[in-house]
Amino acid sequence: MGQTIIEKILSAKSGRDVHAGEITVAAVDYIMGQDGTSPLAIRAFHDMNGRALFDPEKVALVIDHSAPSPNEGVSNLHSLMREFVRETGCRLYDVGDGVCHQLMLESGDIGPGRLVIGADSHTCTYGALNCFATGVGSTDLAAALISGRMWFKVPPTVRFVCHGTLPAGVYSKDLILYLIGQVTADGATYMAAEYTGEAIGALSMEARFTISNMAIEMGAKAGLMEADEKTFAWVRRFGDRAFTAVSADPDAEYARVLEFDVSSLEPQVAKPHRVDNVAPISEVAGRPIQEAVIGTCTNGRLEDLHIAAAILRGRKISRDVRFIVAPASRRIYLEAMADGTLADLVEAGAAVVTPGCGPCVGTHNGVPSDGEAVISTANRNFKGRMGNSKAEIYLASPATVSVSALTGVITDPRELVKQVKV
Amino acid sequence: MKFRGKAHKFGDDVNTDYIISGKYKFKTLDMRELASHVMEDLDPDFARKVKPGDFIVAGKNFGCGSSREQAPLAIKYADVSAVLAKSFARIFYRNAINTGLPVVECDTDRIEAGDELEVDLEKGVIRNLTRGTEIAIKPLPGVMLRILSDGGLAAHFRKHGGFNLE
Repeated sequence: MGQTIIEKILSAKSGRDVHAGEITVAAVDYIMGQDGTSPLAIRAFHDMNGRALFDPEKVALVIDHSAPSPNEGVSNLHSLMREFVRETGCRLYDVGDGVCHQLMLESGDIGPGRLVIGADSHTCTYGALNCFATGVGSTDLAAALISGRMWFKVPPTVRFVCHGTLPAGVYSKDLILYLIGQVTADGATYMAAEYTGEAIGALSMEARFTISNMAIEMGAKAGLMEADEKTFAWVRRFGDRAFTAVSADPDAEYARVLEFDVSSLEPQVAKPHRVDNVAPISEVAGRPIQEAVIGTCTNGRLEDLHIAAAILRGRKISRDVRFIVAPASRRIYLEAMADGTLADLVEAGAAVVTPGCGPCVGTHNGVPSDGEAVISTANRNFKGRMGNSKAEIYLASPATVSVSALTGVITDPRELVKQVKV
Repeated sequence: MKFRGKAHKFGDDVNTDYIISGKYKFKTLDMRELASHVMEDLDPDFARKVKPGDFIVAGKNFGCGSSREQAPLAIKYADVSAVLAKSFARIFYRNAINTGLPVVECDTDRIEAGDELEVDLEKGVIRNLTRGTEIAIKPLPGVMLRILSDGGLAAHFRKHGGFNLE
């Protein structure tokens, strides 16, 4: 019987052929924890009588969710992580280095065929690099830190075949929001999502990461893509490790195959308070907003900042809007500084904050006030997500967020995008 | 394992931010402190109303969202004995078993808020004492039963010196 991408990776890492539905214990290639989850993992590590990491070269801890620390409670948890890193010899990314997922994508350690776990639900982002990457909790993480292994139920795969070409002003963010709206928040629970078709192939790696990042918002365990020359160009840019592409067999079995034509897709917006509460922009245009956020593991990459800068260059944002920009990593921050992107954004009215997760997870750096509406490039709009349950969050592409920051109301970006030729 | 208590009812897609908000979970490892804010954004009085042994009863996709293990721990430290739902999000489900919080898949439409329930995990049945009905429990996968019966994944590791699931 043929195998899907995830069945092949799990077979290779288990040392035996496995198919959907089977339980297997597999070897893990890389492990990541962040500051919201690592402190509990360190506690579980000690609780399991853990003494050493299975391989310190394959473990990274990242301080990004509340970085720099906004209060003494967080500071003490950060200290606990730094001490653990000193004791065990694993890699630490500290305040200012960036969002954990972007750092993993830039590490050179993660690429086709790898099995990666991270104590963060958006670990599925790396699936765009043709690997199996999934989010786990702190206790699972601790077990893997000690043993280098993790148990999995091999998931069935739901295949999203995306045909056509995205119109100008419509981006991968709009596509993934649309797909989530179609299948809903639990449409792929316990499954691997696989995204394929010429519309996916035409996207840059950065745009593909946005899609895999949000696989978890349909409940999926992984958000996989095939490897092509763009995949290998990306991993070569960050290291010289050897990777081999993993492709599905022609007779692989899928739980569902869904076909879409993206050629007439409109910009999409997820309305409060659910990610699958998706509407075309025409339905929500005109809604006043008080805060606009560009950043996060979904859309804080250089390409996203370039889109924002092209729209905002030489313009001023609405006086009624706070515009917060968080580059996803130090590397992106430096690149955006060097090519003038950040100057354009700051000139237009942006407040640039430390690379990290703050605004998205409500820890600091832009908590909205009661009754306010925020438009953000993030991946979740749950009530209270940004730290205030009396605020409303709309999710959209960097272009939609930028144009909305200009006008002060949710605005279709297509007109302006045509003018500035993003 | 047998539990008895009152049902506190919630809807579909209760996410981990609603279970315990990010603004609290990043601050502390004191789970009693986190438990005082459990379900706060859905029901500000929940932590005060819930009595030891009570149940959280919900619709489909309970625990969707982040991988935060503080979510099942905050529920457990609020002395909730089990979560009953039509279905669970994957990471939450694993985290609950790993940390020793019983999670039960069943038809929760037959339970109303305030119903007195008896949940019998061994027999695989929920007795709705208020309504005099019985609801079958969807059995846990074998791997998870082993982890839960060892007292969670940490205890499983201490007992076997690693994974002993195959």
